[in-house]
Amino acid sequence: MTKYLKTADQDWYKQRLVRIAFCVAGTFCLIFLRLFYLQVINGEELRRLSENNCIRLQSTDPSRGMIFDRNGIRLVDNRPAFDLNIVLKDAKSVEQTVKKLSNYINVPESELMSKIENDKTVSSYKPILLKKDIGRDTLAAIEVRKYDLPGVVVDVKPRRHYIERQTAAHLIGYLSEINANELNSGEYPGYTVGDYIGKFGIEKVFESFLQGTRGGRQVEVNVMGQVVRILKTVDAQPGKNLYLTIDLRVQKKAEALLKDVAGAVAAMDPQTGQILALASSPSFDQNIFVDGMSHEQWDALISNPLRPLENKVIQGEYPPASTFKIITAIAGLEEGVIDKDTTLYCPGYYKYGNRVYRCWKAAGHGSVNVIKALAESCDVFFYQVGQKLGIERLSMYAIASGLGSPTGIDLDHEAAGLIPTKEWKKRRTGVAWQGGETLSVAIGQGYDLATPLQMLVFASAVANGGKLLKPSILKSVYSPEGSVILESKTQLVGKLPVSKQTLEIIKEGLKEVVNNPKGTAWIAHVEGLDISGKTGTAQVVGRSIEHGLSEEKLSHRLKSHAWFVAYAPSDDPKIAVSVMIEHGGHGSSAAAPIAREIIKTYFGQDENSEPDKLKVAGHQ
Amino acid sequence: MIDRRFVKHFDWGLLGLTFLIVAMGLLTLYSAVTSSTAGPQKILYFKQLVWYCIGLAAMIFPLFINYKLLDRWAPVIYAMCMLLLLYVLFFGKYVAGARRWIMIGPVSIQPSELAKIAVIIILARYYSKHADIGGLNLRELFTPFVLAIIPFILIVKQPDLGTGMLLLLIAGSMTVFAKIERRSLLCIITSCTITVPLVWFFLKGYQKRRILTFLDPERDPLGAGYHIIQSKIAIGSGMISGKGFLKGTQNALAFLPEQHTDFIFSVLAEEWGFIGAFFLLCLFLIFIIWGLNIAYRCREPFGTFIAVGVTSMIFWQVFINIAMTMGLMPIVGVTLPFISYGGSSVITTMICVGLLLNISMRRFLAE
Repeated sequence: MTKYLKTADQDWYKQRLVRIAFCVAGTFCLIFLRLFYLQVINGEELRRLSENNCIRLQSTDPSRGMIFDRNGIRLVDNRPAFDLNIVLKDAKSVEQTVKKLSNYINVPESELMSKIENDKTVSSYKPILLKKDIGRDTLAAIEVRKYDLPGVVVDVKPRRHYIERQTAAHLIGYLSEINANELNSGEYPGYTVGDYIGKFGIEKVFESFLQGTRGGRQVEVNVMGQVVRILKTVDAQPGKNLYLTIDLRVQKKAEALLKDVAGAVAAMDPQTGQILALASSPSFDQNIFVDGMSHEQWDALISNPLRPLENKVIQGEYPPASTFKIITAIAGLEEGVIDKDTTLYCPGYYKYGNRVYRCWKAAGHGSVNVIKALAESCDVFFYQVGQKLGIERLSMYAIASGLGSPTGIDLDHEAAGLIPTKEWKKRRTGVAWQGGETLSVAIGQGYDLATPLQMLVFASAVANGGKLLKPSILKSVYSPEGSVILESKTQLVGKLPVSKQTLEIIKEGLKEVVNNPKGTAWIAHVEGLDISGKTGTAQVVGRSIEHGLSEEKLSHRLKSHAWFVAYAPSDDPKIAVSVMIEHGGHGSSAAAPIAREIIKTYFGQDENSEPDKLKVAGHQ
Repeated sequence: MIDRRFVKHFDWGLLGLTFLIVAMGLLTLYSAVTSSTAGPQKILYFKQLVWYCIGLAAMIFPLFINYKLLDRWAPVIYAMCMLLLLYVLFFGKYVAGARRWIMIGPVSIQPSELAKIAVIIILARYYSKHADIGGLNLRELFTPFVLAIIPFILIVKQPDLGTGMLLLLIAGSMTVFAKIERRSLLCIITSCTITVPLVWFFLKGYQKRRILTFLDPERDPLGAGYHIIQSKIAIGSGMISGKGFLKGTQNALAFLPEQHTDFIFSVLAEEWGFIGAFFLLCLFLIFIIWGLNIAYRCREPFGTFIAVGVTSMIFWQVFINIAMTMGLMPIVGVTLPFISYGGSSVITTMICVGLLLNISMRRFLAE
């Protein structure tokens, strides 16, 4: 009953509507008042500010994080660069201003005008870049005549500076302007046109650490476009500083040793996996990517047959040659095909099927056991071990030793190498595996492919007792104020398929390689340093072994690639090295001496080093 | 169906008022798109003209149908809109970090705009049946609350906080008009004071920042703070008589972001000054009062509620958008009806005008 009495009716609605109307009118009064306040009371002041759009935004680029070596020596920093801009709206009479400018800085008028014409489509308040990176002299010339040059603005921007030219270029990488694809991909939020980003190497991989945050400020400018008042500032945040694992001393030595050849050198601490040096030759000057390069320079880089832009340490895939014998030896011992004392006879050749496989030493090595076979790199010994093992077992040990897949280093474009299996060959070529091919694989020829980094990780594993470590290139990350953000940790990725006893035998063999006058790397022997290693000579052309042409007589393109992997000292090793020289000839003559010098430098035994002094300077 | 009485009672005044506002809007839009090479392009102006033609049809054709039909079809309309909102969340075109549009061939529809009408209709249906003088209690308010909160959540998830907030304001206005029981009102107010901090917790970073920027614009001098300052300069620099048609320097230099949508009022105020801006605001005020008058003269509750809902929609959009351009409110992306560029908005607003005309011309029909 009461519900009926309470039912709303139109009269009740009408009452409420009247009340609402008053509320609405009241709200509008507020709006009118505010409008009046802005347009009438503050009108003049706001009109003034709108003229010439006095309130503008300027953005400040963040300072990119610096890069140091493991001891705190600076490798990459930023230097101030001065860019010359013109704001058309402020330059009263653009032609006059350009004319004056051209006189003051000795740049032809036509050049400046063409730059203006090219960029003219945008708002006339946007600064147009006339010249990048004017020197301090030009800057001085402009600054003193500032009042005669309305609309001319000099912008200070931090520019990337690679201090040591062509040192660790492939590792550190370079910057370049972000392109349209990258901007649209969504992987770079917050970046705009004109930003520089890392495109290669560490600059790219650790972009998020290195890039700081952009800042800016609200400024008031006068009729000539010059800042008269700074209203508000948001500081740019500099990027974080990276300390790499490399040792600059060793790195520079590696670069120097590779100067006239094409190849790769990499060195690592076998206990932690930290990369001590990573050099690829030929190299390039990273600064040209930042400063801007000519077409000729770019063409020269791209068309150089020695591929300077390629990081051969991780991208170069070569047959491992005799360095692979270490794996064959491990497999043979572990599978019981041979033991420490098993001897096999090498007359300089080996008959298999209806083919003759030669040993590199035409006269043969005579009776060898596994240690001597490693020391003198006897092919025939390993042909036989390989044959007995068969390709499947051989490949299994190779894959378990880290070959055939990337090491996982924090760099782009790492190649995986190749370890063939019966199934792989059938799939790839349609032809079944031939027994003779196993023999080639056993001595690291045939289908085998490995990168210098993979061999380095493997050699380190042999050195440290069987641990396959992930190569790390970043030692620590520091905030700009100096507090630690990240410290790298040793990462174990696998274990060699080898027992302690077997490893001892192997290591003895590798020691003999260098320390026995009959070892293939006797040249690398250094009094007082206990170096172990293995040479390798990878044939490039499948030339008939019958011809027996000596390396020296071959034209350069046909010369074999030279390998050498090493570590020192054999007990408690501190450094492992991997060297690969393209078309270097014999591993013993071309690669081993380089490894020797690297190791000497590391232990402070080369003529040029003053180890203590270097360690103190720049240490943070 | 075309009764002579309809023509006699047709509200030509409202139609004329609408055309006047639309005309001002088109002129301002023309200026906003032509004056700068770097800003929005001229084609938008022509697109808007096309939208208005379609909008005109959307306004006129339903006039042949009695609006009371909506009462019966309200649940269906509402359900379809909710489905569209759901659809856009999963299959909508992804633009600038949000999924707000559904593509049908060359045309894009914004379901959140349609949702506004759907909510007005379904709430009108509910309140016309349940309102009483003592006010609605919590139990009676539960259904409308759910009806409003579902689209709100779906819209905010797009994310589109502005339209979501608008939806709640429309629903709230209709509810307040239907009257809330005093005791229940107290309950609601206390629970709001609890939920507001909770909602704060769930807001996205940029939304929190926008609100904080309003409270202290100094906080974001390079982004939102800068937009507000430029907008105030634009408005203020109009002074009393404005800079003249097509002569607005702020908009010519594309310093006003979104000058054809969010900040179009600033363009108008800069070019036509206090006189022009005041005139437009008066037109809007008259329009709203006119809408309330239609509600006043309507003889049955359903039509009254629809008129109130539609009018509140226009009111809140005008208020929020203009307050925003003048630096009184955070930037939430609510556009100015009839003036801002936007196809879905134009269609929705014209449909709403059509509803008002419909209600007004049938007010003498027997129940």
